[in-house]
Amino acid sequence: MTGRFRRLAETDRPAIRLTVDGAPIDALEGDTLMVAMLTAGDALRDSEFGAGAFEGHAGDGRRAGFCLMAACQDCWVWTAAGDRVRACSTMAQDGMAISTHQPEASWAAVT
Amino acid sequence: MTSPITHTDVAIIGGGLMGCSAAFFLAQRGLSVALLETDKVGRQASGTNFGNVRRQGRPIFQLPLANRAIRIWRNAREMLGSDVEYLQSGHIRVCFRERPDNIGKMEEYAQQAREEGLELELLSANALRERFPWLGPDVLAGSYSATDGHANPRLAAPAFARAAARLGAQIIEDTQIVHAEKLVEDFHLTAADGRQFRAPILLVTAGAWAGKVAGWFDEGIPLTPRAPTMSVTEPVPYAIAPAVGVMTPDEVETVYFRQVARGNIVLGGSTRAASYPDDYRSYVLPENTMTQFQHLSRLAPALARLNVIRVWSGIEGYTQDALPIMGPSARVPGLFHAFGFSGSGFQIGPGVGETMAELIATGATDIPIAPYAVNRFGG
Amino acid sequence: MGGSDMSGHRVIIIGAGPAGTRAAQTLVRAGLRPIVIDEGRRSGGQIYRRQPDNFTRPYSALYGTEAERARDVHATFDALIPHIDYRADTLVWNVADGHVWASCEGQTQAIPYDALIVCSGATDRLAPVPGWQAAGCYSLGGAQIALKAQGVAVGHRVLFLGTGPLLYLVASQYAKAGADVAAVLDTSALGLRLRAAGKLAAQPDLLWQGLRLTLDLKRRGIPVLTGIRPVEIHGHPHSGVAGITVARGGRTWRFDGDAVAMGWHLRPETQVADLARVPFAFDAATRQWLPVVDDDGRAGNAVYLAGDGARILGARCAEVTGELAAMAALADLGHVADADRRRALLAQKGDYVRFASGLAQAFPWPADMVAQVGDDTIVCRCESVTAATLRASVGAAHAQEANRAKAFSRVGMGRCQGRYCGNAAAEIIAAARAAPIESAGRLRGQAPVKPIPVALRRTDV
Repeated sequence: MTGRFRRLAETDRPAIRLTVDGAPIDALEGDTLMVAMLTAGDALRDSEFGAGAFEGHAGDGRRAGFCLMAACQDCWVWTAAGDRVRACSTMAQDGMAISTHQPEASWAAVT
Repeated sequence: MTSPITHTDVAIIGGGLMGCSAAFFLAQRGLSVALLETDKVGRQASGTNFGNVRRQGRPIFQLPLANRAIRIWRNAREMLGSDVEYLQSGHIRVCFRERPDNIGKMEEYAQQAREEGLELELLSANALRERFPWLGPDVLAGSYSATDGHANPRLAAPAFARAAARLGAQIIEDTQIVHAEKLVEDFHLTAADGRQFRAPILLVTAGAWAGKVAGWFDEGIPLTPRAPTMSVTEPVPYAIAPAVGVMTPDEVETVYFRQVARGNIVLGGSTRAASYPDDYRSYVLPENTMTQFQHLSRLAPALARLNVIRVWSGIEGYTQDALPIMGPSARVPGLFHAFGFSGSGFQIGPGVGETMAELIATGATDIPIAPYAVNRFGG
Repeated sequence: MGGSDMSGHRVIIIGAGPAGTRAAQTLVRAGLRPIVIDEGRRSGGQIYRRQPDNFTRPYSALYGTEAERARDVHATFDALIPHIDYRADTLVWNVADGHVWASCEGQTQAIPYDALIVCSGATDRLAPVPGWQAAGCYSLGGAQIALKAQGVAVGHRVLFLGTGPLLYLVASQYAKAGADVAAVLDTSALGLRLRAAGKLAAQPDLLWQGLRLTLDLKRRGIPVLTGIRPVEIHGHPHSGVAGITVARGGRTWRFDGDAVAMGWHLRPETQVADLARVPFAFDAATRQWLPVVDDDGRAGNAVYLAGDGARILGARCAEVTGELAAMAALADLGHVADADRRRALLAQKGDYVRFASGLAQAFPWPADMVAQVGDDTIVCRCESVTAATLRASVGAAHAQEANRAKAFSRVGMGRCQGRYCGNAAAEIIAAARAAPIESAGRLRGQAPVKPIPVALRRTDV
C-alpha cells in the first residue's frame, strides 16, 4: 500500500500506464491525473514556501492537493515537456509523463 | 466646536513614496512635519508600480537625482529598520529585432550616462543570450546595468512613513485635505472633517491628485490620471536576476518583468488604462493584460509556460511631457511641489524626498532641478 | 452565435450547476438562446457533479436522497443543449465593461452581454488548524468529489473535522462506500442544534435527514464528538497526515488517520460578481461580506446572482434562485413577468433562508477558535504565511483591514486568491485590533478568477 487515495468503486475499467518522476504507475481510464497519481503515490508537489525546509525540499512540505474542484490551485504538476497542469481537473491519459518536482532553474532556458 | 489646530514646520499633502521619504528626511533634519494622506500611505502609484529601481533609461538630466536615490536604496534596510526587498541584481534594456535603429540610441545613451557615473554594458544578441538564455529570438541587442535592481513597492512608502514617525513626524492617514490657502505667513489646511493644519511650508506630493491642490494656488497643472497594467505569476525557481524591459517608442510593446526572491515574476507594461482619482478607483483592462502577455512572450518565451495568479493597477499622475515637476512653486513662496512622476517615480522616490528636504531646509540643493521646474508648461 | 432573444438581447449564464441549469431553462422557455459558460467538462456543478462516462454507479449511489433532483437537473440541462450556446470547459477569468472574458484551451474572447446571470457556486469555508498544510488534508467538498466523481476515498483512514450538515453527510457517504472513517469531530456543541430546531423545521425532510446521518454514523461505531476544538493535525512534511488531537473541556482525544476532510460550511464564490463591480455588504449571521442583491437576485448593472454564489442556501434553493434570477433578467429586458410564479418561488426561497439561518445557528463558524489560533499555525496555505506574520502586519505595520494586511504579510496573495484563508484572516486581523470583524473588510477580488497562462491569446480581434 503506497497510495494516499483508496479506490472504493468503479475499479472495473481499462488500465492505463503513466510515469511519475520517471517511474511507471498504473491507473484506470477515467481517472483524473490527481487520482491516478495519488492512488499510486502520496504527494503531487512540494510547497514552495515555509520555514521548515526538509530532506532536500525547499518549502514546508509535500502537497497533495486540497479542494479537488479547481479552486485552491494546490495540485499543479509538470509534464515532461515542462508544461503545467492542474491534477484535479486534468484527465489522466495513457503514456503521460509527469513530474512532481518543479523543473530546476532551467525552466527559463526555453526559447 | 473647533478642533485643535496642528502646527508644524512643514505640512505635506500626499503620502506616497515622495511624501513619506520627504517626511523622513525632513524629520532627520530636525523639522517638525505633518504628512496628510487621504487614504493609507503608499497605496496608489507608490504601492502598485512595478518596483523597478532602475537608473538606466531615465533622461540624462535625471541621473544625478537617480544616483542620489540609489545610495539611499542601498542603505534602506539600515536606515529604515525594515526590509523593502531591495535587490541590486541588475537591469537589462533590450530592443526588438524590427527596431534596429534603437542600437544607435542605446550607444549614445550609454556614452552620456557614463559621464553621469552610470556604467552600461552594450551586448549583441548572441552575447545577450549567452548571459541571459531566457531572452527570446526577437531580442536584437541590449544594454546591461549591473548596479540597478528592484524592490517591493508595497513595502517601501510605509517603511519610510514608519521611520519618519519614529523621528517624530506625524503621519496622519485617512485625512483628506479639501482646502488649502496661504494667509500671511502660514498655509492653512482644512481636512474634510474640519481639522486644521498650519505650517509655513507646504509640500505637495499628491501624485495624480496634486493638480487639484496646485490649483488652489492658481498653479494650474494638467495631470492625466492613468493606471498601469500589472500582473504576477505563480512562484518558480529563482532563475532571473535582472529586471528586464523593452526600449521602444510603441507603448503596447513597452513590457518589463522581474523575478522576486520568492520566485514569483512580476510583469508590467503594455498599454495603460485610464484611472479615476475622484473615485479612488483604477482597473486593469483585460485587453491590456492580453497585449502584455503577447509582448512578454516575445521578450522571454519561457514566461509563456507560467500562470498569472493576480493582476492589479493603481492611480498615476502624468504630466504633458511625462516628466516630473519638482521644486519651488513659481507663484507662492513657501509652496513646494514634487509630483507628476508619470509612472517612473519609484527609483528616484527616496532621492526626491531627500532633495526636497534639503531644498526646504537649506534653500538650495546640488541636484540640478531646473529641468523639473513647474513653469515649464507656461503656467 | 448565441445568447440573444428576438429583440437581440444577449444573456450570458456563468455556471451550469442547479442554478445555472434552471436559469437557462427559464430563458429558453421565454424564447432566448443564452450563452452558458461552465468550467466543468459536463454540467451539474460541484453538487451534482457527474462521474466520467465509463463509470457505472447509479444515481442513488452517487447522490443519495438527492438522486431524483440530480437526475432532473442533468436531464433538463441535456435537453437544453440544442437550444443554448453551451461552452463547457471554459473559464470566465474577468468581467469588464459589459463583457465576459472567457478562456478555453489557451484562447480567450471578450463576449458582450445585456444581462449576466452569475451562478458561480461555492467552495468550502476553511478554518486554519495547526498542521493543516500537511499532505492528506482536504476540504470536505473535495473529499466528497473524490468519492462522487472518482470512486475513491482521500485516505485509508479518514478523519472528518469541521461543522455543518456536509460534515455528517460526507462522513456517512464514506462509511457507506466502505471507507474507514476514523472519527467525526464537530466544533459545534450539540445544544446549539436543539436551540435551532425551530428554524431547521422549515425543511423537515432535511432536518430528518441530518438526524438519520448522525444515527447511522453512531450505529457503525464511528466516534462522533461535538463541541470539540482541534488542537493539532499530526504529521510529517514528507509523508503527510498521521492523526489529530482534539480537546473538549479538560480532556483530549487523539485519533490516528492518514487524511483529514475539513470544512465549516461553504462560502460563495464571489470573484466574478466582484469583478462585475457588484457591491458587497457585511452579513452578521455568517460573519462575512456578501454581494448585495434584491429578492430576485438583481445586483445592478445588468448583473444577476443565483445559487450558492450569491448566498449559501443550498442546492435545492439554487434551482429556485436560478429561475428567479432569469425571470428578473427577462423582466428587465422587457419580457412579461409571471407574477404568480415569482410569488411561489419567493415563498420557497423564504423557507430556505429560514433553514439556512437555523444552520448558521446550529453549526456556527468557529470565530473564537480562529481568532485565537496559535502564532505558528499556517493561515495562508498557498504562501505558507503564519498567524504570527499576519498579526505582525497588524501590530508593527498598522494594517487595519484585510487588503492592507495582505500587502504586508502576503496572506491571501497566493494562487487561491484568499479563497481558503480570507475568512480566517479577517477574524485574526479583527481580534488583533480588538475591533469588530466587519472592520477587517474583505479581500477585494482581483482578476484572474483562476490562474491564466501567459500563453493565453485573444482570438476575437
